[in-house]
Amino acid sequence: MISFWIILTGALVAVSAGLLGCFLVLRRMSMVGDAISHAVLPGIVIAFLISGNREPLTILIGASTLGLVTTFIIEYLHKKAKVQGDAAIGVTYTFLFAVGVILLSLFAGQVDIDQDCVLYGEIAYVPIDTLITASGMNLGPRPVYLLGGLLIVIVSFIIFFYKQLSLTAFDPGFATAIGISTVLWHYLLMGLVSITTVVSFQSVGAILIINFLIGPPSIAYLITRSLKRMLIYTVIIGILIAFFGYQIAAYFDVSVAGCMAVTTGIIFAACFVYTSYNSKMKKKDIVMTQIPQSAETV
Amino acid sequence: MMNENSVLKVNSLTVGYTRKPVLWGIDFEIPRGKIVGIVGPNGAGKSTLLKSIMGVIPITNGSVKIFDQSLDEVRKRVSYVPQRESVDWDFPASVFDVVMMGRYGRLGLLNRPRKADKEVVLDCLEKVGMADFARRQISQLSGGQQQRVFIARALAQQADFYLLDEPFAGVDAATEETIIQLLRKMSEENKTLIVVHHDLQSVKKYFDWIIMLNVNLVAHGPTETTFTEENIKKTYGGKLTLLSDVRNILANTPYPTKENK
Repeated sequence: MISFWIILTGALVAVSAGLLGCFLVLRRMSMVGDAISHAVLPGIVIAFLISGNREPLTILIGASTLGLVTTFIIEYLHKKAKVQGDAAIGVTYTFLFAVGVILLSLFAGQVDIDQDCVLYGEIAYVPIDTLITASGMNLGPRPVYLLGGLLIVIVSFIIFFYKQLSLTAFDPGFATAIGISTVLWHYLLMGLVSITTVVSFQSVGAILIINFLIGPPSIAYLITRSLKRMLIYTVIIGILIAFFGYQIAAYFDVSVAGCMAVTTGIIFAACFVYTSYNSKMKKKDIVMTQIPQSAETV
Repeated sequence: MMNENSVLKVNSLTVGYTRKPVLWGIDFEIPRGKIVGIVGPNGAGKSTLLKSIMGVIPITNGSVKIFDQSLDEVRKRVSYVPQRESVDWDFPASVFDVVMMGRYGRLGLLNRPRKADKEVVLDCLEKVGMADFARRQISQLSGGQQQRVFIARALAQQADFYLLDEPFAGVDAATEETIIQLLRKMSEENKTLIVVHHDLQSVKKYFDWIIMLNVNLVAHGPTETTFTEENIKKTYGGKLTLLSDVRNILANTPYPTKENK
């Protein structure tokens, strides 16, 4: 039962993060996800200090605010101050993360979070934090419910606003011209990335979230050229990573989060080798078939 | 006063990215049913002019009226074709998917494409000669085919006024011919088209109205009377080392009218 809850938690995070990550990868903003996942730390600490409790809602609000602030600062530095995009990301998130670390050490006594936990998380402890009803029935770990709710929000967001999300990612100029605000959808996407990061970090840690944001979408991008299929493959790959990552960790008795990240890398490498080999074979085909095609109809 | 036949009216338009203006005090009006060319050297603000008309870039000063209304009121009647290089053609989408994006403006916030939309998309692909490529991944297209897909997407918008940013850049001769035929047919249907153009040689052949731009508006009006050697010199200044070539071209090519084309 314990392994089931751990795999389920991992899979929920992988699918939520991966679905949003598809749009980050396509917008060439993978590292913004990285930045947000670190920069929410001061938000969490401040929310904690103000409210004095660990209520998920307070922390969510604090962290999402900081996530959006991060996005805003990066955009501002890049667009208005003409700082290079990647430099803007680097400057912003290291600064905000460091502020978070200082706040944590300053108020260590009052804040029940530690830095290692933020970065690496401990998915193996997920089953301990259970939800128990008044009558004493064990409903399973609390994070699973939070993550499940989040997944429903993300899936409906993507299903309902597929048009807007895909168009603003592919051709922002055209989107603006037909009246779809690129700014609005940018911030909605980044807001959801912030929320996902916060909901997930307690169980899996910031590093594994980045892995789930970027890994499965990049693998799916390698093996398909259709956005809908890219989203579906991301879901499948995310679940596979959670499952095999846990099995490997259990077998060698090592870090679960670490094994999930390594599994992602192995799957990526395998797909990369496979597709490069395949495209080499295909190129031979194309050379053979393209001669009649050059006389295409006008 | 607004002319009843006027499609676009630009009033002392100024656009600046940082402090340096890219467009300065632009004033012009274009009549309905014309194919209008915009020419000028690199950095003259040709693309910026289109983008600011479409609200993609904020206007620093001045105003733009389309069909005597603001862009928001007539958005569905206006279509915009960005530069082909402005998007990532490795994006996971098929030709059909991209042309369908032309319908998004007409669909509501939550609506999905209906059968009628799909028919429009296929019809538009037919018009640009890409019907057989509907299922093709966009990453596998040639430059000319990419441009046809963009034109088909604009057609799918079923607008009255089209703004095209360098539709002839880097396309093969066959595509150029297909596109210009299509534009002419549209202008016969009383649609208005503005085209950013680079090749001075074909200006007289393609456009019946011309806007000559170099940060300031140098000249605008019917091609026949406006696209003169003097105005070309003013527009390109010292930048055009090929000026003598242009002079020869102007001297040697008779002016072909639309009818005998």
